[in-house]
Amino acid sequence: MTASSGMVRARPVKPLGRRIWEARWCYLFMLPGIVLSVLFSLWPVVASWYYSLFNWDGINKVMYWAGLNNYRELVHDPTFWADFGRSFLFMVVTVPLEVGLALLVAVVLNDRSLRLAPLYRTLFFLPVVMTTAIMGIAMQFVFAAYQGPVNEALQALHLIKAPVSWLGQPSTVMATAIIIFVWKWMGQPMIYWLAALQTVPSDLYEAARVDGARGWERLRSITVPLVAPFGAIIVFIIAVGNLNVFAFLQALTGGGPDYASETMELFIYRWAFGAATGGASGTSLRLGYASAAAIFFGLAVMLIALPQIGLVARLRQRGFSLGRSIS
Amino acid sequence: MSEAVVREGPRRRSMLSPGQMRRYLTYLILTAVCFIWIYPLLWMLSSSFKVPGQFFTGLGLFPQEIDFFNYPDAWTQANIGADFINTAIITVSGVLIVLFVSSTMGYALGRYSFPGKRIVIAFLGILVLIPQGYTIIPIFDLITAMHLDGNLFGIILAESGSAHIIIILLFAGYFAQIPRDLEEAATVDGAGFLRTFWQVMLPLAGPVIATGIILQFIASWNDFLIPLVLTLAQPALRTVAVGVYFLQGVNQTNWSELSAASTISLLPVVVVFLLFQRYFIDGMAAAVKQ
Repeated sequence: MTASSGMVRARPVKPLGRRIWEARWCYLFMLPGIVLSVLFSLWPVVASWYYSLFNWDGINKVMYWAGLNNYRELVHDPTFWADFGRSFLFMVVTVPLEVGLALLVAVVLNDRSLRLAPLYRTLFFLPVVMTTAIMGIAMQFVFAAYQGPVNEALQALHLIKAPVSWLGQPSTVMATAIIIFVWKWMGQPMIYWLAALQTVPSDLYEAARVDGARGWERLRSITVPLVAPFGAIIVFIIAVGNLNVFAFLQALTGGGPDYASETMELFIYRWAFGAATGGASGTSLRLGYASAAAIFFGLAVMLIALPQIGLVARLRQRGFSLGRSIS
Repeated sequence: MSEAVVREGPRRRSMLSPGQMRRYLTYLILTAVCFIWIYPLLWMLSSSFKVPGQFFTGLGLFPQEIDFFNYPDAWTQANIGADFINTAIITVSGVLIVLFVSSTMGYALGRYSFPGKRIVIAFLGILVLIPQGYTIIPIFDLITAMHLDGNLFGIILAESGSAHIIIILLFAGYFAQIPRDLEEAATVDGAGFLRTFWQVMLPLAGPVIATGIILQFIASWNDFLIPLVLTLAQPALRTVAVGVYFLQGVNQTNWSELSAASTISLLPVVVVFLLFQRYFIDGMAAAVKQ
């Protein structure tokens, strides 16, 4: 009550200390979340810089000062650059495939006369909720070279003569992984697109139908312009997500064969924890080296993502925002 | 005109209108595509009933001989039962922690303005961008340093630690649109900040709580990197995803048993998703709509 009468008059500017004291409950309410975020997100970001300056095997307590040696070694490591590029290549290829295919499916399912559309939506979405690591392992069988279902089907259709070791050879492993990844995650942008399509008022379609606009024309002149702003957000969310592919690739290929499907996260994992899983490398663990790689990767992600955040934030301002609250 | 009606009548009965025709064609194509889409899942399910020697036996979904023993074998011999219980504990605790943290934070951010609010929002926004691969080494070190590496609590804490921006935003958005009158009435009744939140606001947020539970349940159950790294030296603490991962390649992999283990571990997420689909999809869609 006092707040509203205060707003009618010229708003009195209270001293900062007073305003902070008045909002003490707000700070207390945010405390658990802030503490957890600082411990498990902010601190790791800072600590990585520190670790990257040491040689450290993670088992012994002793850390040996290495200065910038880890970084120097990293920039001369061809596997690092290959993995670094592969992470972003994976993102650049999967995002348009995933988002584009999802738009196609969403437009088909958005037809109101299709009573069974929710059933199909559920089926398309099912792989998304499945545990990624377990899907990766199951897909090893599905794409198995010896009598796997995919090879059996393609041979029955006479599309291939002999079985192909889809995940077992460097030339096909990435393409296969990309196809499986798009299959696994297409449902997510599909839901986003369906949400976007539902914001298009149906009377617009009715009006267009009365005017004699055909299906394709309605799609082009009504649907596309109205859902395009959502497209930017969808691409952004999916792009950030598609840089986090550890569970998928580690379970599907383990980065192999011959590191041909190793991305940055798998590189970091291999150097930091890999030998503990009985990996064939046999070399000792190097957490400092892995940390240096992690910093390169984290910085690259930030550099790509931050400019886009501004764009997304501008698009978001139209609808609900956190700014709307009691003053 | 009457002629037209006469001519039109029988035609309608014997043939489909163009609209219906197109609808049936769409259904036909969708059904075919969906069958291929979920075929890998059906194949895995059918494989879990195969006799170990007959794992790779073509495309058929119905094994010639049905072997139910893959399930008890996976549960006990392959230790998926113990992993399953670990995962259940981690998931339930994770859901509780995340709901508590997100609802309080969302309440403060959605309903009040205070100095530093923009900084908190920017901070949360940037956290989303940090790749998990970047933070995993210090998280491992931190959990070890806190001596939490020998129990499930370390995994629970590490998983709850990453920012759950979507759930926070859902709470913030929901609390922001609750009318002020309610709060004023509570204040008149003498309720303080805490009681207003606990007794007035939180009970109103049922739909968001449901969405949060479903989103976090599926996320926790499916998590892989954190439980993998934190259980490398502690096989007894493994979750199902990690347990199934380590089932392959140990001596001779028993594929049928592995399929059964996978099916067991996927069952809870699938059931929860199918039962509470609406909440899950609403929660996801909110990411785009907001």
